[in-house]
This record gives sequence, C-alpha cells and structure tokens, in this order.
Amino acid sequence: MRGTDSRPRQSALALAQPPSRLPRLLPAGFATGPCGLADHLARYGPPPATDENGPRPERLIEEVGRAGLTGRGGASFPTARKLAAVAAGPDPVVVANGTEGEPASAKDKVLLARSPHLVLDGVVLAARMVGARRAVLVAHPSVREIVDDAVAERALARFDRVRITVVTAADRFVAGEASAVVAWVEHGVPAPTPRPPHLSQRGLAGAPTLVQNVETLAHLALIARYGAAWFRSAGTPHEPGSMLVTILGAVREPGVREIAIGMPVGEVLELAGGPSAPPQALLLGGYFGTWARADTAASRPFSAAGLAGLGAGPGAGLIAVLPADSCGLRETARVVRYLADESAGQCGPCVFGLDAIAGQVERIAGGVTAGLGPLSRWLSQVDGRGGCSHPDGAVRLVRSALEAFGEERELHARGWCSGTRTVLPVPPRRAR
Amino acid sequence: MTGKAAPRLSVSPIACDGRGLCAQMLPELITLDDWGYPIIAAGPVPGRLLADARLTVGACPKLALRLGQQ
Repeated sequence: MRGTDSRPRQSALALAQPPSRLPRLLPAGFATGPCGLADHLARYGPPPATDENGPRPERLIEEVGRAGLTGRGGASFPTARKLAAVAAGPDPVVVANGTEGEPASAKDKVLLARSPHLVLDGVVLAARMVGARRAVLVAHPSVREIVDDAVAERALARFDRVRITVVTAADRFVAGEASAVVAWVEHGVPAPTPRPPHLSQRGLAGAPTLVQNVETLAHLALIARYGAAWFRSAGTPHEPGSMLVTILGAVREPGVREIAIGMPVGEVLELAGGPSAPPQALLLGGYFGTWARADTAASRPFSAAGLAGLGAGPGAGLIAVLPADSCGLRETARVVRYLADESAGQCGPCVFGLDAIAGQVERIAGGVTAGLGPLSRWLSQVDGRGGCSHPDGAVRLVRSALEAFGEERELHARGWCSGTRTVLPVPPRRAR
Repeated sequence: MTGKAAPRLSVSPIACDGRGLCAQMLPELITLDDWGYPIIAAGPVPGRLLADARLTVGACPKLALRLGQQ
C-alpha cells in the first residue's frame, strides 16, 4: 500500500478491524510524529469508496444520524442535520475547521499532528455526503506543514476525488467561530458575519457551506467505515461516542486524552496523572466555560447531561485544574481581559461591555474594590447581545467565578489573596 | 395579523452603531445599555405600537433594526 492505488476496496472492508477500545482517533501507545498514509490504512482499513461503487450519500448521512454524532467544536450541533441541510443546496463546499483559537485547548492541533489522514478521510467523506467537489482545511499554524505533507501524500497516491486546499488559520480567539472561519478563508478577515442566512445556505463565496470541526470529521470517517452501532459502543445513549479532551493546570501529565463521553471528571484527571497539588476548582469547557468546585465536580460524568447540574458543559473538551495556591479571581481577570481584547470589535455591547467587565473583575481581583459595583448589571446587559456568542461565553465565565470564589472575594476584601502562581495560559497582550 | 404571527423587533448588533434614535422614537420597547446600544424588550410588538415600530425601523440610519416574524 505504498504510493500507488492498490485498493481492493470492497473486499478490504471486511478485513478492517474496528478499534474495540479507546483511543479511536489518536495513535495508540507512544507513537511520535504524524501517522503516514500506509500506517493509517493498515490501522483502520480503507475508507468506503466515494464514487458510484461506494455507498450512496444519503445512506452515509443516515448512518451519521443513527450514530448520534454531534459537533466537537463546542456547540454540539447534530452533524447529520447539518450534512442534510448543506446537501440540499447547489455546488456546496466543505470547510474543515482546525482553527482552535482557544489558547488553553490543544486537541485539534494534536489530532491534526498525529492523525492527519483520519481528518482528511472525514473531509473527503463529508464532501461525498453533501456533494461537494472542493474542500478547504483551515489548520492552526503549528500543524500546517504536517497537514500539507499529508495532503501531498494523498495527491501523489491519487487517493481522493476532491480537491483539498489548506489554509493557515488566523491567530485570533474568535477566528474559530464558523462564520469567522468562512470570512477568513474568503476575505482574510477573521470576524463573524451577520446570520441568517445560515452558512449551510450561503457561506464561502455564496455557496452552501459545511463547516465542521476537524475532530467531528475524524469521527465521521470512522462511522462511515464501521457504522453507527460501533460508534455508539462508547459514550452514553444520549451522548454517544468518544471525545478528545485537553487537561491542563495542576495535573502531573497535562495533555490531550481521548475519553468515552460520560467518564467521571475525576477519572479523566487520572488519565492525566491525577492532580499534582490539592485541587481547588476546575474550569470546565474552556475560556467560555464554567468554574466548578473541585470536590463537587469530581464525581460528575463529563457530558452535557452530567455537567448541566453545575451550570457547565463539556464545551470543546477542556478541563483546567486550579490548585489551592492559585487565585481564581486573578485567573478569571486574566482570561476575561484576554477575551475582551479578542473581541472582533464589531458589536458595541461586546467592545465596550467586555472591556468594562474585565476592568471591574481586575479591580476585584487586585483588591482595589470589594464590592461588585455595576458588574451584575453589566453582565446581564452584555449577555446574548453580540453577533456571535463571544460576549456570552465571557459572561458565563465571570458569573461562575463570582459564585465559585466567594471565599476568595472575602479574603481580597481584607487585603489578602491565596494566589502564589498562575496556571491558565494567556497570550501576551497585543500592541494596539 | 393573527396573534400567532405577531411581529418582533430585532437589532443586528454588527450593523448597529449605537446612534440611539430608536430608543428616542420607541421608548416603550427600546432602552439603551450603559454604552448607548439598544436593548429590545422581549416578546412580540403589541398591536397599538406596530405603526410606531415600523416608523422606527425605517428611521434607523444603519438599517440595523428589523421587524419580522421569528
């Protein structure tokens, strides 16, 4: 299977051994470097043919629907519904979203760096499902070369019938929002655009556009091979499958792991070697996410249903452990200032509101003021009032911080702070 | 106009520039936040305010205000 088209596809399908255990997406064991095309095909078997010899597109979409696959970029939208909506339009295009602008998250970068061909299989199969002849993969700058090599390897082997263009992602937090990805590819401006119309109706250059997170596409490539029942053999009945999670902060071996959805949060932390210091709180979901007390969160399943009681969700699969010797208020102030700076600058409530909120959180964290002042009013005035969900995410984070770090606020009011170190990664501020 | 299809006001936050005309013309349904951007009252536009709402939509200099079913 080296370099040439040696695919006895229909017969090889029976030889493919679906992975019975996790990880499904990442290479098992301690492999380093990207998995090449030959190793990729040896592990998973060839993907179903995407010409008339393969399964009908409607059949494939049905299978994705039966699998219950949802978007892994944070919004958890049912993938089959998106596929069907885009398939209904003329001359559509597929955009694989590997932007991952969230500075604390690494799962899409790791997936593209380790299993680029699984994502590309998903791109090609998604194109088949919606009837697209072209596809764009937007890759974080750190993995651009790996993706280029993988695309070149497939082109040399004449592996795909779809033309895949690779674009380096914009280095901005909001650049990963679906309409911002499309605007970046088309105009070089990584800012969300007004909706409706839906991207599935009018997206890239006016064409019906399927924007899917790269992890979603990797799952899709396995569902097309092994079917819905196999996919559902991991996860919970309502949230089937596996997901990639980024675990960081006070754990012994921070990094990206693959879990069955619904694994208890405490067990997920054990996959990262367990806490490296007494944990105080967990940030669940990402910088748009929710702070939760470490003791109450540990037994909860890492799933939308399991975290709903904490007002949290899996988001893009992030868990950050805040140790007891860090200050949750200061961490939150750093992240909210970053989010305010990363506003696309289009909507007044986001531009002015997030700046005001960040300022007040900084004053509380810095011990300048003990009271909330106008913070509660600003939080409700900003919530839900942007063209995208950027301000809403920042509001959620601040609200959960005020609730989770009440004791810390009392300490600050008396001139104390329990923080001796910071744990959440925040890029340096840009020159304005 | 049946009760089911009662129209609602909405603002496109990307288009809106915070000129504030709408809040002056239709204070019953539109207030301004601390930075001068319009907050639209929830729910459908009551029948007695429908004519005023249409006038306000037409007056928005940024064409950011909409009256529609959704």
